[in-house]
This record gives sequence, C-alpha cells and structure tokens, in this order.
Amino acid sequence: MTRKPDVIVIGAGLFGAFTAWHLARAGLSATIVDRGWLGAQSSGANFGNLRLQGRMPAQYALSLLAQEFWEDFEAQIGEGCEYDRTGHIYFASSEDGRKTLLKYLAASNENGLVVEALGPEDLARLVPGISPAIKTGSYSDRCATANPRLATPAVCRSFLRAGGTLEQGWHVSDVRREGDGFVVTSQDGRTMSSAVVVNAAGNWAGAFAESFGEAVPMFGAGPPQFVTEPLPYILRPVLQAVEGDVIVRQIPRGNFIFAGYPRTRSNADGEHTFVPPQKIRAGMAALCRAMPGIAGADIIRSWSGVEGYLPDMLPVIDRSRTTQGLFHAFGGSGGGFQIAPAVGIALSALITGSEPLCDLTPYRIDRFGSDLVASEKIGKEFDRD
Amino acid sequence: MNAGELADTVPVIVGAGPAGLAAAGTLVRAGLRPVVLDEAERPGGQGTRRLTPLIADRSPRLFGSNGASKIAQREAVEDDVLLRCDYRPGSMVWGVFGGKVELLQDGHVSSMAHGPLLLATGAIDRILPLPGWTLPGVYALGGAQVALKRHGCLIGQRTVFAGSSPLLYLAAAQYLRMGAKDIVVLDTTPLNEKIRAAPGMARYSLSTLLRGLSLMAELRRAGVRMLTGVRLDRIVGDERVEAIQFRSRRGPETINCDSVALGHGLRPETQLAELAGAKLEYDPVLRHWFPQADAEGRAGPLLWVAGDSARTAGADGAAVAGKLAALSILKCIGKAPAGVDGQISRLQRRLHGWRAFQRAMSGAFKAHGEGITDLPDDTLLCRCERISLGDVRDVVARLAGPMEVNRLKAVTRCGMGRCQGRYCATALAETLSGLAGKSMKDCGYLHAQAPVRPVPIGTPGEEGA
Repeated sequence: MTRKPDVIVIGAGLFGAFTAWHLARAGLSATIVDRGWLGAQSSGANFGNLRLQGRMPAQYALSLLAQEFWEDFEAQIGEGCEYDRTGHIYFASSEDGRKTLLKYLAASNENGLVVEALGPEDLARLVPGISPAIKTGSYSDRCATANPRLATPAVCRSFLRAGGTLEQGWHVSDVRREGDGFVVTSQDGRTMSSAVVVNAAGNWAGAFAESFGEAVPMFGAGPPQFVTEPLPYILRPVLQAVEGDVIVRQIPRGNFIFAGYPRTRSNADGEHTFVPPQKIRAGMAALCRAMPGIAGADIIRSWSGVEGYLPDMLPVIDRSRTTQGLFHAFGGSGGGFQIAPAVGIALSALITGSEPLCDLTPYRIDRFGSDLVASEKIGKEFDRD
Repeated sequence: MNAGELADTVPVIVGAGPAGLAAAGTLVRAGLRPVVLDEAERPGGQGTRRLTPLIADRSPRLFGSNGASKIAQREAVEDDVLLRCDYRPGSMVWGVFGGKVELLQDGHVSSMAHGPLLLATGAIDRILPLPGWTLPGVYALGGAQVALKRHGCLIGQRTVFAGSSPLLYLAAAQYLRMGAKDIVVLDTTPLNEKIRAAPGMARYSLSTLLRGLSLMAELRRAGVRMLTGVRLDRIVGDERVEAIQFRSRRGPETINCDSVALGHGLRPETQLAELAGAKLEYDPVLRHWFPQADAEGRAGPLLWVAGDSARTAGADGAAVAGKLAALSILKCIGKAPAGVDGQISRLQRRLHGWRAFQRAMSGAFKAHGEGITDLPDDTLLCRCERISLGDVRDVVARLAGPMEVNRLKAVTRCGMGRCQGRYCATALAETLSGLAGKSMKDCGYLHAQAPVRPVPIGTPGEEGA
C-alpha cells in the first residue's frame, strides 16, 4: 500500500501526537505510524507531573508555553485528561538540598514563574503528615498533574477528528531519502512516502537519527513508580524531594503514586524497564522519611516505562542538520510529558516555516560535542555504573 | 557459578505445599539444609492444608479413619523434614531479582541471597465472573476449604457449590461431613462430556477417577442435589448472597442460599517464576501460561519450578515434580545420590501420568470462558478497580491497532488493583478473546512486576542492599 501524506510522524507518543495535531490544524495531511500502539511507552507510563519549578532556566520559555496549553487542554483537544492544578512542592532535607531549592526558586522567579518559599508551618498546612524534620520548601501553584494514561489517546483522537491518520502496529524498519521526499518502509514490507518525516520515536529515535548521520548519546531508562491502595484523600499538591530521592502525589481516587530514584536503565530489549526490588525498598524508605504516617499503607503495584535520556537532560527539538525535510523531537529525559504540547507547537512551526514561539537553540541535535555539560541530575538520579 | 561454587550455596524453596515439601525431603536426605519459605503459618499448601487444632479431632470424620491416619503419617514425615530445614513460615516472597528473593515477614521486608531456587508456589481458583460474584457470601472453592480447615467454620448454612472443577465435589463432600445440611452442586459441564473424558482419566489414574466417583456417590446418598450442564446466570442479593439463578435442561431456576463457593479449575501462580527469568508458554488444553522448563523442571540457570505453578498435576503429581526438581538441583551442584538417572526417569514417567490425567480431566470440567461475552454489561470483571464487562467491551470496540491484555489493562485499569490481576486476568483474556475473535494465546498474559502481593511501605529492613 502506498499513500502519500505531507508528513509522516514516526512514533505515537505525546511528542509525535502533539506535533501531528498541530500540523493537522495548520492544514497539512499527517500520518502517525507506531511500532506498537499509541502512548505505550513513557508517554503513557510516566508520573503525570506537569512541573514547572526546578526546570533548567533555558527551558522556561518552552515549559510555560506548554503549561498554557495544558491549562486549556480540554477546550483545545475536545476531551479531558484529568488535568488538575494541584500545585507542586519541593522540599529539602539537607543543607545542600536547601541551597539547591533556593537556587531553583530564584531561577523560577527570574523566568516568569511565581514560586513562594515555605517554612515549617506552611509545609505542615499543605502536607498533612509531613515529617517535622523537613523545614524548607517551595511552592508553585501553577504546577499541575494530568493522567498520562488518558492524555495521548485524547490527543490522538482529536488528531483523527481533524482528519489525520494513525497506523498502529506499523513498525518502521527503514527511512530513506528518495527524490525530493522520503520512503518509509515497515518491517512487514509496507511502504509510505512523504515530503517530510518527523522522528518522534522515543527511545528508538536515536537509531533513526544515526541512520542520517546524526548520532546522539541517548539511553533508555525509567524511574521505578509505585501505587498504594486507596486511602483518604489528604495530599493535594505534588511533593518532591529536591535531593531527588522521592516524589509523591495522591489522586482523588485515593491512591498515592510515588516514584523512587535512582532511575533504572531499560532492559536489553529496550521494550521494558524492570523495577528491581532494592529500588522498591529504597523508594519506600525515602517516602517514609518524608511522610512517616504512610508507613502502614500497602504498595499494590509497581511499574516503569522506557524513556529516552540525553546527558544534559534536555530533549532534541530541531530540524535535521544533514537531511532536508527531516525533523526530530525526542529525548524527553524524564521531563517530556510537561513540555509535550509546546514541542508540538515549536516543531510544527519549524515544519510549516512559521514564526517560532520560542528559542530552540538549547534543543539542537548537533549540540553533543565534547564541551557539552552533563546535567547535575544525571549524577543524582541514575545508578552509577 | 560452577558446580563447586554452587555446592556452597543454600538451595531455597518457595512454598511448603506438596511440591516444596517433597523437594525439601529429597534435599534433606542428601544431607542438605535448604531454606523453606512459606507464606502460611503452617505447612501443607492449599489442597493439603492442615486442619486447625480447633477441629483436629474431627479429622477422621472429615477424611475417613483411613484417610486421617494416612494424613497424620504424612504430616509427621513433613514435620521431621522441616525440622532439618531452615524453615521460615509466615514468609511471603514478593520479588526475585539478581540472585536474591525479597521477603515480607512480620511486617518487615528483607532480602535473602539464594543458591538454586525452586519455586513451588501452587495455584489459586480460576474464577469466571457472573453477575453478583462479588457479593459478600461468595467465596472461591479454595476459600470455602480455607474456612473449614484453617478457621474451623463453614461459609454459610445453605451453600451452593458452583462452577466446574473437581473441587466442587470434594469441597461439597467435606462440608457434608462437617454437618452442612443444605448443599447443592451446580456443575456447568454437561454429563456427556464427563463421560467422554472418563476413559482418558481412567487410563492415567483409575484410582483418582474412582475417588471422584465415590465423592459423587456419597453426595447422592446424602440426598445432595447435583446438576450438570447448567448455565449460571446470576448470584442475587441485596447486601449479600440471597440466591443463585441458573438454567438447566428443565429451564430457569432460582435456589435460595446464603453462600456460594465458586471455581472453574486452577490458575497457576507464575509471577515469581516470571520475575526470576522464566519464559512463559501457553498451554492450550489447560488454557493458561506456564513457565517453560526442561523435563526435570529446570527453568533457568539457577531456577527450578514444580507443582501446580509449573504445570497442573494435582497434589500427588506435585510431590513427584518436587522430588524430580530436587534431584535435578542435586545433580547441578554435584551432590547427586547414586542411581540418580534411574530415579529421574521413573519420576518423569510418573509425572507424565499425573499431568496427562489432569489434561484428560480438563474435558470433564470445562472452564472455558466462551460464554463470558454474553454476560450483561454491568458484570464486574475486575473487583479491585470495579471494571465491568461493558467497560472492556467499549474499549475493545474503539481501540485500533495491536490488541493484547497488557494494553487493555493500561486503557481500562482492569488488573491494576490490589490483586494485580490474579483473579481477573483470566476473565480479561477470555473477554478479549471472545470480543476480538483472537486465540487466548494471542491475547497474551499480564506481565508481572514486584511486589507480586501488597507490601507495606513502612518498617523497611536494611536499606539499599
């Protein structure tokens, strides 16, 4: 079968879905192809945190643009995804943590996000049951949460209503430049051609980039995540240790969801991230230190996903530097869920040649030279190996 | 690890049912002191669960005087074996990773390094839902036996044993012997299919078949009503079970009752084997996924499986599989007794017979979920998350692209709750199979992640081990 859309988007994760959604709205004919199904990896399995605090200063333009979209998600997309402006708290348990927290706070306020400092009384009021040993925090009321399980399907359905096409179980094995466009071939021999290809293939995007001479140092990993049995709903904001050992939120259904660190490298097959028991125990211990009262609750389930990470913990959002008509959006590095709507806005603007709404220099694909500075989070939030 | 290094490690057995206890016996007789981890406070597993001391004196009544003395002898042997093991009752294993098993004991989590690891984790009732199956007063067949043997009580005064399982007749007979007066057995498999399956069963174990027939005769003599080939429609009740509605050849009927014991055969507990690295394979006759293992029960470099979690074979077959796996472990660590190969082939022949018996018997107790998609839409499939058949039907109708149970779980939440799909995964797969016209094999199985059972967040043991 050969069809010819204007744009083929590889990957029905949230980056690909939002890019295709914006392209469809701009009047282009777009087809998303996915090796499995939509939202199957980190887009569907992430923590659901729409966090703005603590972003790298260079990322605020993109993050704030994305948050505006999340705030208007239901009107734009035509259905909801449990978006909830819960607010977000960073807390510090150590002197180093307190310094980091104050640095984040200053950076946020300089970049247009209002963040307030919290003392022990504020923390006790916002987080019933927080350990009295925790005395420093910061709060942003613009941070929010959404349900990742619902977001990607909602965006894809909206894209389909706008006339887009979605092919699931369409496992791309080859992308070739041919004439003034591309020929994309699936593992089972189907082909499709287009003028433009968007590489939004998540953890598999590195291989496509490399095949066009643009290798990136990406690796697959995921944070171990856990959910408790349903309990009385007491915790509205997201609570996160600035030291990076735990993050917890509660959903109105009553379950606490928390993630422990360090993150775990994905299985060799690249399809799954296993949750090792010692990380379950470390995550539980970290949560007990922050909220001792939760000790008696049961964890009923754990999970993880496969996310693409880059050493500076920033994504790639760029035109190809080697191949005309090829565009990249991948490497969410654990923060992709929040920025996804803006990735779609920015990349579709690049593709249609319209005015970019923010500076994409930090996200260039050719930035991985020897002088690249690795994120401090890489040292804190991953296994040292 | 080579055999020499392995010889210094301690074999760990998970599960003190027939398979685990038989394996422990074989290892002990070879001079080893294996660790035996068991979730329960007392050994025996499920089917051969020990009677609570409260009603120990009724053992002859429950099992017959012959049966009671045989059981007493067996339990004495098991006690003797366990004295020579590092036996840790009340130890729930919730994960296996990197050469360690993860434990929950007295509310504390800890981990323990293992040498050769034998998983003998048994099975639970396979439950196919019907409207009302989550009402208070509905138990699994195994649950009805736990009430009797562990707590010394019955699940009700007027009990209907429903579904399709050899346990229907066993549990009903045990209730009868303990004084239950008002018992009905509703078996969904038609009599002619049972008759058709009988020669196959007789071929592999005539005595087991005769034992089953004598249970039926005993129930009949006591005037217990037993119907075969019924279709279960609904368990009704306001706050709890009040009646069960079904159809037989004579038409629809309602039986008033205060309790229902439900079951459709056995479902293997394979999660730990999967976490320990075993690949699962689908068995189309038993309609379940089982760990792939060689003819000695070895499923990985340091991993063995035995008993109903390895492949349904009943208590006698489990004991054979346990011995076989233990001999295989002894061979692997260079401590095999003389004549091991002859012993192994004899055990393999016996195990083959027990497994063949189970396969033949699966024709007499059909547990197909073929009618599941005809149930009303409000039938709950997943009781933890309260996901109904209608919820799943809607999703299957609108989802495009590849479809299997893990995706269905992600979209519907079916299987995400407290039991982690142990009770609903079969129903979910049967539903998908029926709705999408796919084979059960193509529907897949829910991937396991630790913890396989709920674990308390607090009182962690040594950190970051």
